[in-house]
Amino acid sequence: MAAEVAAQPVNGTATGSRARWKHMDTLLSRPGAYTDEDDFAPGSVPIGNIEQSRILVIGAGGLGCEILKNLALSGFKHIDVIDMDTIDFLFREKDVGKAKASVAAEFVMKRCPGCVITPYAGKIQDKDEDYYMQFNLVICGLDSIEARRWINATLVGMVDMENPDSLKPLIDGGTEGFKGQSRVIFPTMTSCIECQLDMHAPRAAVPLCTLATIPRQPQHCIEWAHIIKWEEERKDLVLDTDDPEHITWLYQKALGRAKEFKIEGVTYSMTQGVVKNIIPAIASTNAIVAASCCNEAFKIVTSAASFLGTPGENNYMLYTGDASIYTYTFEHQKKDDCPVCGNLPKDLFVNPESTLGELVEGLAERPEAQLKKPNLRTEEKTLYYSSPASLEESTRPNLKRKISEMLADGEEFAVSDPAFEINFRFIARYA
Amino acid sequence: MLKIWSMKQQQQKNEAAAGPAAKKKKVTAAQLRVQKDLSELALPQTMKTVFPNPDDILNFTLHLTPDEGLYKSGSFSFTFAISQNFPHEPPKVKCQQKIYHPNIDLEGNICLNILREDWKPVLNLNAVVVGLQFLFLEPNASDPLNKEAAADLQGDRDRFKRNVRSSMQGGSVKGESFDKVVK
Ligand SMILES: [Zn+2]
Repeated sequence: MAAEVAAQPVNGTATGSRARWKHMDTLLSRPGAYTDEDDFAPGSVPIGNIEQSRILVIGAGGLGCEILKNLALSGFKHIDVIDMDTIDFLFREKDVGKAKASVAAEFVMKRCPGCVITPYAGKIQDKDEDYYMQFNLVICGLDSIEARRWINATLVGMVDMENPDSLKPLIDGGTEGFKGQSRVIFPTMTSCIECQLDMHAPRAAVPLCTLATIPRQPQHCIEWAHIIKWEEERKDLVLDTDDPEHITWLYQKALGRAKEFKIEGVTYSMTQGVVKNIIPAIASTNAIVAASCCNEAFKIVTSAASFLGTPGENNYMLYTGDASIYTYTFEHQKKDDCPVCGNLPKDLFVNPESTLGELVEGLAERPEAQLKKPNLRTEEKTLYYSSPASLEESTRPNLKRKISEMLADGEEFAVSDPAFEINFRFIARYA
Repeated sequence: MLKIWSMKQQQQKNEAAAGPAAKKKKVTAAQLRVQKDLSELALPQTMKTVFPNPDDILNFTLHLTPDEGLYKSGSFSFTFAISQNFPHEPPKVKCQQKIYHPNIDLEGNICLNILREDWKPVLNLNAVVVGLQFLFLEPNASDPLNKEAAADLQGDRDRFKRNVRSSMQGGSVKGESFDKVVK
C-alpha cells in the first residue's frame, strides 16, 4: 500500500517525508466499510487535510496537553493553543512561572518535529472572529464552563450562509475525577454547549451559615476565610488566586479557624485547590477523553469514518470510570429556546429615520410576536424595557429617538416578552 | 465536512433565509436571560429596582421596605451583581446596610439557600426577590449568620423584637452599632 501512497505525492508537507505516518496513510488511501463514498476520496485529499488543517486547542492543562500531543502524533501540523494560566505546580521546576500554553507548545514540538504549535498566553475573549475564522476546527480541553459558553456563542454567531468555512466544528472534552465526556457540536446545526448546560451540575456549595457557625471539614474553614474573612478584613483588595501572598493569607486564617473548631487537615495546597476550585484530575481519564476528542477530529477532517455530531445522530459520549466502567453515547437534542442557538437572529428591515417607538409597535403587530410588554436591548444598550418600572422610566425617552441613533446597520438586538417562552433575536438591516 | 455543509444548506432552506452574520457584538446569553427575567419580574409595592447604569442590566440595586413583620417600615437595599456565567452561577446579592438579622452578617452577606447551595439555573430573579422578602417576614434562627441575633430570636422573641426596633433606629445591640434604616 505504501507504493500507492508514493504514487500520489502530497504537496506542501512540512517534513517532506511521510514515513512516520505510513500506516495512517495506508488507512487514508483506501475506502473502508465505514467510509462515506460521497465525502471520502481516498489518498491525497484526506492526507492533505490532515497536513494542512489548522486546529485550535483551548486549554493547556492536563486535558489540553494530552490533546496537543495526540493531535501532533496523529499527523496534524498546524496547531494553535490558548491558555491564560501560568504554571504553578505539577510541571517541572524550571517551568514554574512560565505560560502553560508556551511550555506545552515547546514540549510537544520537540517530540514531534514538523508540527508547528503556536501558543497564545491569554484569554480566549482577547481574540475576535477574524482570529477564530482561521481555524478548521476547535477543540476545548477546559475546566471552565464560562469559557466554554463563550467560545460556543462565538462560533454559533460566526456561521454565515455565504461562507461554508464559517462553520467550525467544536469538539469539547471535559473530565472530573473518574468521569468525563466528549461531544461534537456543529454550531447552529446541532445541540450546543448552552443547550447542554443542564449536563453540568452547578458547583456543590456549602450553606453560608454552616461556614459561619459550624464548620465541620477543613474545606469549610478555607471557604470561610475565602468568602467571609477576606471581605471583612481585605475588602479593598481584589483576591488574586494566583498570588502566593493571598493564598498564604487565606491559609493562615483557615488554619486559625480550624484550630478553634478542632478540625484537622487544612494545608496550603488544599487552600489553593478549594479557592481555585480545582477538581482533582486523573491522568488516565484525561487520556481517555483526549483520545476520543482527537479521534473525532481526525474523522471530521479526513471523512475517513462517521463521526460524533452528524445532525440527527449521536453527539455526546459520556464516560464514567468510578463505578466500574460505563460509557454511553447519545444524541443530546437541540433546544428551541436555547438563548444561543435556539432561534437564530432573523433579518429585520428598518427605516433608520423612523423612531424606536415605531419599531416596537411594528414588532407587536408581527404575527409571530404579538408582544405585550417587550424588553429590547443590544449588547451595549438597553433600548426599551417595559419592566421593571424604573427601567421603563429611564428608557421611555428612547422611544422618541431615531433608529439611526439607537441601532447600527447590521447590529443584533434581542426582544423578550413575558408572553413568550423564547427570546427573539433580530439583525437590524437599514432599508 | 462537505456533507455537513450541504445539510446546513438544506436546513437553512427550511428556515427563513438570513444574510451575513451580525456586525458588532451579540447580546450575551447572560444578558438575554436577565432581560427575560426582568420582563417577568413581578415586584410588590414594597420593592423597587434602581439601575445606576440603565445599559448595564447585570448590576442593580433592589430596595425593600417591608409593610409587615418585625422589620416593617425599614428601608433595606441589596446590590445584585450578575456574572456572564448566569444562570449557571447565582447572582451575588449583598445587603448594603449593617443590620441586626439572624441570616445576614455585619458585612451584608446573606444566608439564603437559593443564593448558594440550592441555586439551579431554572431559578430566576423572581425567586431570589421572593426569597429576600421572605427573610424579612420570617427571620430564621436555624440558619444563623449573626449568631447573637439568632440566639435572641430563639431564646427570647420579645427581646429580639426590641433589638430589631432599636437597631433599625441606628442604636446598638450588645455593643455593636447598626445603620439607621427608618425615617
Ligand atoms: Zn444551543
